[in-house]
Amino acid sequence: MASAVVLTPDPKQGQSDAASAAIRSVTERHTRIALIGNPNSGKSSLFNQLTGLNQKVGNFPGVTVDRKTGVAQLTLHHRADIIDLPGTYSLYPKSLDEKVITDLLYERDSSEYPDFVVVTADASNLKRNLLLFTQLADLQLPMVLALNMMDTAEQHGIQIDVAELQQQLGVPVIPMNARKGVGVTALKIVMAQELGPPSQTFYETSDELLPMIRQIRYYFNLHNDYLALHYAHQYERLKFLSADDKAYIHELRQKYGFDSVALQAQETIDRYARISELLLDVVRVTRAEKNESYSNKIDRVLTHKVWGYLIFLSILFLLFQAIFAWAELPMDLIDQGVAWLGGQVKSLGEGPLIDLLSDGIIAGLGGVLMFIPQIALLFAFIAVLEESGYMARVTFMMDKIMRKFGLNGKSVVPLISGMACAVPAIMSARTIENWKDRIITIFVVPLMSCSARIPVYTVLVAFVVPERTVLGVFNLQGVALMGLYLLGFVSAVLSAWALKTLLRAKERSFFIMEFPVYRWPRWKNVGLTIVEKVKAFVFQAGKIIVAISVLLWVLASYGPGDSLVKAEQQARSEAAQKQLTPEQTDNLIAAHKLENSYAGVFGRTIEPAVRPLGFDWKVSIALLTSFAAREVFVGTISTIYSVGQDADMSTVQEKLRAEKDEFGQPFFTPARAASLLVFYVFAMQCVSTLATTYRETKGWTWPLLQLGYMSGLAYVMSLLVYQLLK
Amino acid sequence: MPTLSVASATTSRSVKDLRLGETGTICCLKDPEMALKLLEMGCIPGTQVTLSGRAPLGCPITLHVDGEYTLSLRVSEAATIMLKD
Repeated sequence: MASAVVLTPDPKQGQSDAASAAIRSVTERHTRIALIGNPNSGKSSLFNQLTGLNQKVGNFPGVTVDRKTGVAQLTLHHRADIIDLPGTYSLYPKSLDEKVITDLLYERDSSEYPDFVVVTADASNLKRNLLLFTQLADLQLPMVLALNMMDTAEQHGIQIDVAELQQQLGVPVIPMNARKGVGVTALKIVMAQELGPPSQTFYETSDELLPMIRQIRYYFNLHNDYLALHYAHQYERLKFLSADDKAYIHELRQKYGFDSVALQAQETIDRYARISELLLDVVRVTRAEKNESYSNKIDRVLTHKVWGYLIFLSILFLLFQAIFAWAELPMDLIDQGVAWLGGQVKSLGEGPLIDLLSDGIIAGLGGVLMFIPQIALLFAFIAVLEESGYMARVTFMMDKIMRKFGLNGKSVVPLISGMACAVPAIMSARTIENWKDRIITIFVVPLMSCSARIPVYTVLVAFVVPERTVLGVFNLQGVALMGLYLLGFVSAVLSAWALKTLLRAKERSFFIMEFPVYRWPRWKNVGLTIVEKVKAFVFQAGKIIVAISVLLWVLASYGPGDSLVKAEQQARSEAAQKQLTPEQTDNLIAAHKLENSYAGVFGRTIEPAVRPLGFDWKVSIALLTSFAAREVFVGTISTIYSVGQDADMSTVQEKLRAEKDEFGQPFFTPARAASLLVFYVFAMQCVSTLATTYRETKGWTWPLLQLGYMSGLAYVMSLLVYQLLK
Repeated sequence: MPTLSVASATTSRSVKDLRLGETGTICCLKDPEMALKLLEMGCIPGTQVTLSGRAPLGCPITLHVDGEYTLSLRVSEAATIMLKD
């Protein structure tokens, strides 16, 4: 083992060494390397430094945990698959995320089993970070310790004798600063070598338990005692053990009086004792710091009773501004670009294939691409808040309030983002580790009024509330709009509370977390987060959105038998009678065609069901098309009432006002409009959201429950409103 | 069997009772399951902890552990960490 190289993280030397290694190795090598470390130990930064844009996000089999992998070029001829495992404090898992790690490390014959482990540790907090390291070392995995954040340690007056630490730990130790890329070259050189298992062990099982451990070890043919001890602790959840295997371990546990919780606690205490002892010769703190740290000083302002909340509100305001105002231009550009593309395709000729391509696939694709600016901006904001350490403070300030409603301090961000768009909001709920809190958050987020409801609200609110100023300053329609947002928020919070009482927790909820120090965000990390989230949205949610859009297009463009042809003929003769302009004629044809299409038939079929809410078959069609995305409402209404697709709001409103019911009275009465408004507040009319919930919960249960619950709520509330106001 | 500093003890004060800025030494952890998590996060018996902050509504709180790092935890969790007299 060329440990001399290891100790000199000099980039130049590193490169020359890499070159000579390349000459030596004739065949190309491919290694599987796992990246493990405490949360906040700079693991993600290191992963980004090693792999750059060569990253992929997938799933661990059978669990709802993201599996981040990437490829690192170690030397000219040596590439390594790097897997970034979730941050953890120990090998005894407490959350679903952490279970992924032991699942990977227990099964030595698995094709996924790493050849090599890189353990990241925060040098400024070495004692606690070494706990996980010593556990991994006792599993006898070949490994290297990436001693990260050397700069922070230095600022704290902590000096680490790296050579001595390497001696004590029995593995190569690379001092580094992953955020700035310092030490990465040296690390790659070590990673390219073939290392043996660590030469030190850190924990011995007690003599009384040794016979039991040995029996397990030989029974399962394991390579060391510590792994056997883990089998004894975790046997119940090891999927690769048969029922007989489990019964065998269970019996042994009974026989030896194996108290899992007490033994784990004692092991942790013993390990800390051992670590404290070995660090005596390694770490020297030269400056007994009595000064308050800068993080504490910042916290006194940012988590202040008054200033804390005010600053948080200002940041929210900025976030809204970004999502509504700054995203508008790129969204318009994408919209126009997609429309242009559709137009280009249409100009190629006529026929169902062209229509499918332009009105079905390209329009559906537009619905996906449109959201990219909002998603990118939202995640840029969230990444910066997360990277800087501020998000932990928001969680801290809001936890008590949110807990009352079955939510969690960490639910604040998704709920707020939900007012822009539920899709990125649901994705951002990943930061919530607790399963129950996260599911509740995901479930209620779509009740927050998102930006797609704005056009619907604007068109309809005029039928309920007159344009008038009250109390001198308040525009009555503005107040009504705010009321709709409030209605969404209140229903989200109350639904969360209801769900809290219904759901049983899968795992125990811990709030306890490390409070990270404030740091400037690394733009590379922010950039990679944006790329990752946008990719996830486009490729995973995108597929479903496009599929449903195509389906809706088919329903709206085709009808039973030759009904559409007849409808067009009828519309033409009607237009000729009334002497309409070509444009008006086209609009009339479109309206008649829609009426006779499968969508129109569907509208008539469900009309009896929505009649108590005050809706007719025309509104039903709009409800159906809105299922893909609620912003389609205005467009569909325009087609049904033959306004033409490009009409602005006031034209649409005029048309709606002119619409008469069977008694010749105006159809859109305040009661009907209010009922429709309330329906749009509650109804789950967004395929993108359902697709995202499906992706995030890895199953159809939650999206279907969400659909059922919100549709039911919408129906009942609309019914109440219409019957009361009628 | 290893004896447990995790089992309940007779001491009366817990981390919950610390005043802002006050430092105490951990004696033992009351709730065994919570103890595993706390131990992993460095709350080992004998470690010095300082109450460094409270959220505006009184919960959660922040604890400075061993002069090295800060943890944030709920008051109910802090109540399981007992202090030496």
